[in-house]
Amino acid sequence: MELLGAAFVYLVAAVIAVPIANKLGLGSVLGYLLAGVVIGPVLGVVGAEAVAVQHFAEFGVVMMLFLVGLELQPSMLWRMRKQLIGLGGLQVVITMGAITGIAMGFGLPWQSALATGMILSLSSTAIVLQTLNEKGWMKTKGGEGAFSVLLTQDIAVIPMLAFLPLLALGSITRHGGSTPANGVTETAHEAVKSGALDALPGWAHGLVILGVIIGIIIGGRYLIKPMFRFIAEAKLREVFTAAALMLVIGIALAMDLVGLSPALGTFLAGVVLSDSEYRHELESDIEPFKGLLLGLFFLTVGAGIDFSMLFAEPVLLVGLALGLMLLKSTILLGLAKLFKFTGADRWLFALSLAQAGEFAFVLFGFALASGAMEPGIAKQLTLVVALTMMFTPALFILYEKVIAPRAVSANTREPDVIEEKGNVVIAGMGRFGQIITRMLNHDGHNVIVLDYDPATIDNLARLGVRTYYGDATRPDLLHSAGLADAKLFISAIDDREKQTLIVAHVAKAFPHVRIIARAIDRHHIYELENAGAHVVERETFESSIAVGRKALVELGLHPYQAESQAKKFRRFDEAMVEAMRDNYNDGGMDNSYIDAVRSNIDILNEIMTLDRAEFHDHSPEGWMPPPKQDPETTAS
Amino acid sequence: MNILLYFVHPRTDRSQTNIHLMKTAQSVKGVTIVDLYAEYPTFDIDVELEQKRLRDHDVIIFQHPFYWYSAPALLKEWQDLVLEHGFAYGHNATALKGKIAFHAITSGGSREAYSAEGALGLEIRDLLMPFQKTLELCHMQYLAPFMLYGAAGAGADGRLPDHLNAFRELLSALIDNRIDMKAAQKAHNLSDNPSTFLTREGAR
Repeated sequence: MELLGAAFVYLVAAVIAVPIANKLGLGSVLGYLLAGVVIGPVLGVVGAEAVAVQHFAEFGVVMMLFLVGLELQPSMLWRMRKQLIGLGGLQVVITMGAITGIAMGFGLPWQSALATGMILSLSSTAIVLQTLNEKGWMKTKGGEGAFSVLLTQDIAVIPMLAFLPLLALGSITRHGGSTPANGVTETAHEAVKSGALDALPGWAHGLVILGVIIGIIIGGRYLIKPMFRFIAEAKLREVFTAAALMLVIGIALAMDLVGLSPALGTFLAGVVLSDSEYRHELESDIEPFKGLLLGLFFLTVGAGIDFSMLFAEPVLLVGLALGLMLLKSTILLGLAKLFKFTGADRWLFALSLAQAGEFAFVLFGFALASGAMEPGIAKQLTLVVALTMMFTPALFILYEKVIAPRAVSANTREPDVIEEKGNVVIAGMGRFGQIITRMLNHDGHNVIVLDYDPATIDNLARLGVRTYYGDATRPDLLHSAGLADAKLFISAIDDREKQTLIVAHVAKAFPHVRIIARAIDRHHIYELENAGAHVVERETFESSIAVGRKALVELGLHPYQAESQAKKFRRFDEAMVEAMRDNYNDGGMDNSYIDAVRSNIDILNEIMTLDRAEFHDHSPEGWMPPPKQDPETTAS
Repeated sequence: MNILLYFVHPRTDRSQTNIHLMKTAQSVKGVTIVDLYAEYPTFDIDVELEQKRLRDHDVIIFQHPFYWYSAPALLKEWQDLVLEHGFAYGHNATALKGKIAFHAITSGGSREAYSAEGALGLEIRDLLMPFQKTLELCHMQYLAPFMLYGAAGAGADGRLPDHLNAFRELLSALIDNRIDMKAAQKAHNLSDNPSTFLTREGAR
């Protein structure tokens, strides 16, 4: 029960602190950190076990890197290469150099200084991306620039993980997991400690790394994809989730075995799978685990903050934090100028990335474990990182309240039009969705398609149609499919209840998106309308009318008369749907509804046969010769 | 010469004269009938097929009731889509050059109504001028219309059988090339006084 008790404390802290922090505009990362501070140093509810929990929670970082990898499609990386190498690369290299120099000025050995430079050059992906998304700044030039820099940094973590062990100080003994310093993580102590490669010289180590990387790439291409297809065919959602977890944990274990960073391995696996049709599903399966574990991780970091250390040297530590932010944003401002960002974009770019990031917690632990840094220094710097993250919301508020309003009045230029990834999302790629997708594609629309049947996905892939695997009834999947940026959502699955559920969810969560829904029958029309669909079409209505028309032709009716009858029927039936709506919404299929339907059917029969009668006056339409001997109609 | 007859009628089930005219044409060897409303009930015209049909025939007849001094709607759609620039008209467009075209029309109004002195104050050929100009722009020879005036009464007063015979005779003459094109172009219509434009032997 001890475990459950601890879990309960952490969960309570998170559930209370994170929503409050979000409301105050501080972001969830800060919320977790503050919650950690409250349960740790302030209340003392958690203590020594926080370190053990932290080791467990570090797995969230491994998952985060897997997800980062999933986002990094090779084609997207190639498209962004200029921004990534230019803007992102320069930011990392210049900041790293500057901090390394300053750290050496403080008297650190060059190895520790370089490690500090690498670690502090990174910014907080978690805080920045979340804030940019929340505020809707993602599509501004400044926001896009920040995104590419964060992406570069996420990638740069991988070589850093590989490089840090080479910076070991001769004088310090390596820190194992046995005596962890409070507030400093020990992410990959195993990576250095127990690897089977310790006996090998440096170059052989490199060869093994290369071999493992190639192994993951080949395995991802030829083993993992068929495996997921096989599992997906079972159509058991929890088994798929289990498989996703199994994959991530398995790779982490394998990497551990050969003495490499688990984060590196899962990152690579993510990149390899980023092209797969199971990408969105994997994302939404791993995402909650990652979110929880990362939250837990930040909680333990907060709990581990050494306030006695802060109060001992408040001026030095706060000064270091502010100095670091000033330095980083100055470099960013210079880069923004170099890359021709103007006005508010320049400031958004510079201010948003000024803090140090969550990777610092991980990397300090890693550097410590590698022996690249003294524990005391690592502890102090960890505190500095936490402080910069706490100051970040203030910078965003500064930007939003002071800088942006001024820049808007000074800048008359229209915002750049940004091409969206997909303007239409279709759920369901059966016979129904396929026709819609083909029509929209022919008209040049970028359609993102979701389906839950692996066989369908495979068949379509053979035809060159890209479909994502996933259960569209899951809100998170709809979100990762980009519905937030879409204009139109088409719900085309064949399950009545699920269809209504999806429509209701989309209408609520994405009120700007127009919704077209496939109805099973006429009552389903009303249900979907009430759920929020804008346009509803019965799935078999048009094709049944077409068959009815063809049947009339087979029975000898002139094709044009058959077409006229079809039109008449369609018009009447649609009018009937209109007329019965209120009755149905008021009590469903009660007696009054059934009576109304009966009388409507009688009217229909009358309408359909009326034209055959000889009484000209009653014919509502249609190319009738004028009555004979009507003096007024002698013409024509 | 071979003949392509477009039968343009949205209500064959109510037709009293046109259906008989069409059936008469059907019985003449060398006449191809296209029931336009049967072929394109949704107005979705196959332009390439129609252009091929035009290329394959020498004489094009548009047979229809006279709706609002014009043809039923589908014939207008057919014109708009099939008579494309580059095919029917425009620089070097010679696909229809020299082909013969005319209308076979049934009207509600009487022969007298369609005259300068009658109720309408206009001749049938004046009313058909948009068709004539269109087809002449397509380099076709536009003949006078084959008219059945007062069509609603034609069955009752016994005019229909004569009219059908005249139609058969006209179609045969066209196939055998026994027609004076100049005279047929100038005539008021092709139903009165056939002797003025029919010849005994092949023309020219």
